[in-house]
Amino acid sequence: MVTGPRIAETLCQLGVTDVVWLPDSLLGTWETALAAEPRLRLLRVCREGEAWALAAGLLIGGRRPLVVVQCTGLFESGDALRNVLFDWRLPMWALVGYRSYLLAGSTDTARRFTEPVLAAWGLDTLLVESDDGLERLAGFFRSCQADGKPGVGLIAEGRG
Amino acid sequence: MNSEKWKVKSEKRMPLIAALEVLLALRRGRIVVTTMGATREWARLSHDPLDFHYLPSAMGHAPLLGLGLALAQPAREVIAFNGDGGMLMGLGGLVTIAAARPANYTLIVLENGIYEVTGGQTTAGSGTVDFAAMGLAAGLTSVREFDDLDTWRQFAAECLAMPSPRMIVLHVEPVGSNYQLPTLEPAAGRLERFCAALAAG
Repeated sequence: MVTGPRIAETLCQLGVTDVVWLPDSLLGTWETALAAEPRLRLLRVCREGEAWALAAGLLIGGRRPLVVVQCTGLFESGDALRNVLFDWRLPMWALVGYRSYLLAGSTDTARRFTEPVLAAWGLDTLLVESDDGLERLAGFFRSCQADGKPGVGLIAEGRG
Repeated sequence: MNSEKWKVKSEKRMPLIAALEVLLALRRGRIVVTTMGATREWARLSHDPLDFHYLPSAMGHAPLLGLGLALAQPAREVIAFNGDGGMLMGLGGLVTIAAARPANYTLIVLENGIYEVTGGQTTAGSGTVDFAAMGLAAGLTSVREFDDLDTWRQFAAECLAMPSPRMIVLHVEPVGSNYQLPTLEPAAGRLERFCAALAAG
């Protein structure tokens, strides 16, 4: 499991300034750590599609935002993704909760479609199952930054 | 007058361009985020480097993009336009804006009751939906509504000085059969110039 204090520490090391989020039950466990970290601003949206436009404004304005949503919210975000990634070519970073990934044999359609949808959008991804993967995640986002590309960290979840 | 809706509403509507000209005269260094019909007219009136024409857009998201700019640039005032059709696509955004509590943010809703970009079809709730009431209920600090050009001219400066986040609903006339979104330069060049203008202070 990826834990709040470790993810907050990792995001600060990456220079993330704003976390734009709509949590699920795993991502939600990070709330205390994210809210307590003075180097991060936690911004709450009502629907996941909003998060990309809000983050786009932050990025254009000179901040380093990170979108944090569950995969179901990624599905909801289609038109916003199309716009910020392809019309405006903004190198957005996101963490996406990968619901049911850890449940062997799960028939959850959220699990079934997460990776195909990300592939369809042409997004580079990295799967993280626990705090042990956060160093790789940091390297992945640094690589995205060097290439000026967007990137998505997939956070492995059980029931989400 | 904070947290009160000051409603000046009838069946009247004001000409869109004249309503925008009032804002143009008052913008004084503000970032202006336009979208859809507002882009069409504002791009004709203004050629300021702090204009961000959010076109192509994800319809309904201009207020959120403007919110991001306001939070990233706290020393600048930001005006974000939205149409009523766009507003209906993202009513939750009003709550997101209110929750973020930007100190430098004004949302202008241009309400004409139709989807003008697609030929003038009626929006859901046209004539009955009350955006100003929604803004207040969402928690925006200052909300005003105008349907008369002279009254808008009289109070516009005062409205822009109200405590933020502000929402101003303007009832405007449709542009009509000549409606057509403008042809703008490619987004990449516009974005680069806008960022340069921000960096220049």
